[in-house]
Amino acid sequence: MSPFSALLRKDLRVELRTLRSLPAMALFAVSAFVIFRFGLDREQLDGELAAGVLVPTLLFAALLAINRLFVAEREEGGFDLIRLAPIDRPVLFAAKASALVIYLVVLELIAVPIFALFFLDSASGLLPFALILLLANIGLAATGTVISTIATMSSARDLLAPLILLPLLIPLVIAAAGAGEHLLAAGGPDYGRFGTWLALLGLYDLVFLLVGYATFDYLLED
Amino acid sequence: MMERTAAVESRPASGSSQPAIELRRLRRDFGERTALGGISARLEPGESLAVLGPNGSGKSTLLRILAGLLRPSGGEISVLGCALPKEAHRLRGRVGYLGHAPLLYRDLSPRENLGLAAALHRLDPAASDSRIEMLLDAVGMSARGDDRVAELSAGMKQRIDICRAVLHEPDLLLLDEPDAHLDSEARVLVEPLVGPGNGRTRVVVSHDRESATAGAEVVLELR
Repeated sequence: MSPFSALLRKDLRVELRTLRSLPAMALFAVSAFVIFRFGLDREQLDGELAAGVLVPTLLFAALLAINRLFVAEREEGGFDLIRLAPIDRPVLFAAKASALVIYLVVLELIAVPIFALFFLDSASGLLPFALILLLANIGLAATGTVISTIATMSSARDLLAPLILLPLLIPLVIAAAGAGEHLLAAGGPDYGRFGTWLALLGLYDLVFLLVGYATFDYLLED
Repeated sequence: MMERTAAVESRPASGSSQPAIELRRLRRDFGERTALGGISARLEPGESLAVLGPNGSGKSTLLRILAGLLRPSGGEISVLGCALPKEAHRLRGRVGYLGHAPLLYRDLSPRENLGLAAALHRLDPAASDSRIEMLLDAVGMSARGDDRVAELSAGMKQRIDICRAVLHEPDLLLLDEPDAHLDSEARVLVEPLVGPGNGRTRVVVSHDRESATAGAEVVLELR
């Protein structure tokens, strides 16, 4: 088994065994939908309001997993284990970001149908929106992994990760919510600027994957 | 700045052959505090170095520097021919490091932890499986090999961590209190893996002079 597969499998196995992140993320998202339902006093959402509720809710739910991403490495010596092994450190970045993408996909498989049940008149825009969410997941995972590593080295880690991460995620939120506004429109999905949002998300993903790959070696230094 | 560490060694830092470890005026500061100040020592391949000293004298810091886990603040360090910290990447995989806290994931079993360590060291899967079983058997932990590490006692964790440290058959063993938490029976079990008789170059940190200096060619005393 390659070091990447071994690290990814370790994270998924620990999550399946302890259920520390996924249930909290799903519960947070569903609770937020309930609050929005009563807070907005609306039984149906579409367009920019639907995207404005769904995308930030998924983003804030993701923060729960991002904050916990390196807890085991920090508390159980995982960083030393990796630094002693003859592997490139970006392998850890790739494994952690992949684990985060998987968590986000599982979260969305639970939360998006519940959102549709609560708020959407038609689910026809959800399939193309899934592609937007997948690209957003990759960008969120890449950025979240880098920032979580930086925050892990600080004593104010719980505060630091959201404070640094949220401003960096603004382009990603703009693109995902912008695409959602048209795909979740009242009259059915509008594909007018679909390609533009896909390209923007793809560029964001590329930039932060490269940043993670290039900097991760230095982030793990003492 | 507070200068509080001095080293006494049983052999001067000189010689012509390639040493396993060579320290010249090694220094490590943490802010204003000096944890290690001006340490020099030399260890030949196959020899053992005992590092002694009271709490806070810098023993564990020295071990982490030798493992390439911590950057020195000054001085020259060569470990297995690698000049640290510049060539720390060449040292990876050649050191067996046993810290004062086990490098084990609590929610994995000993077999899963050792399997992960084997994959990180790119060991052949078939060969590593049989070596893991051999090591678990050697330390008397075969029957508990599938339990979660969190459910094991401190001594059992130490035995598993010793297996992890020697799994990839390193050239150099860096051992921080290897006898910690072990009863007399367990000490006998781990002796062939990390004791002085296994032919590997060793650095052993301990409070216990008698156990650390057993079989040690060089003694370094930190104050």
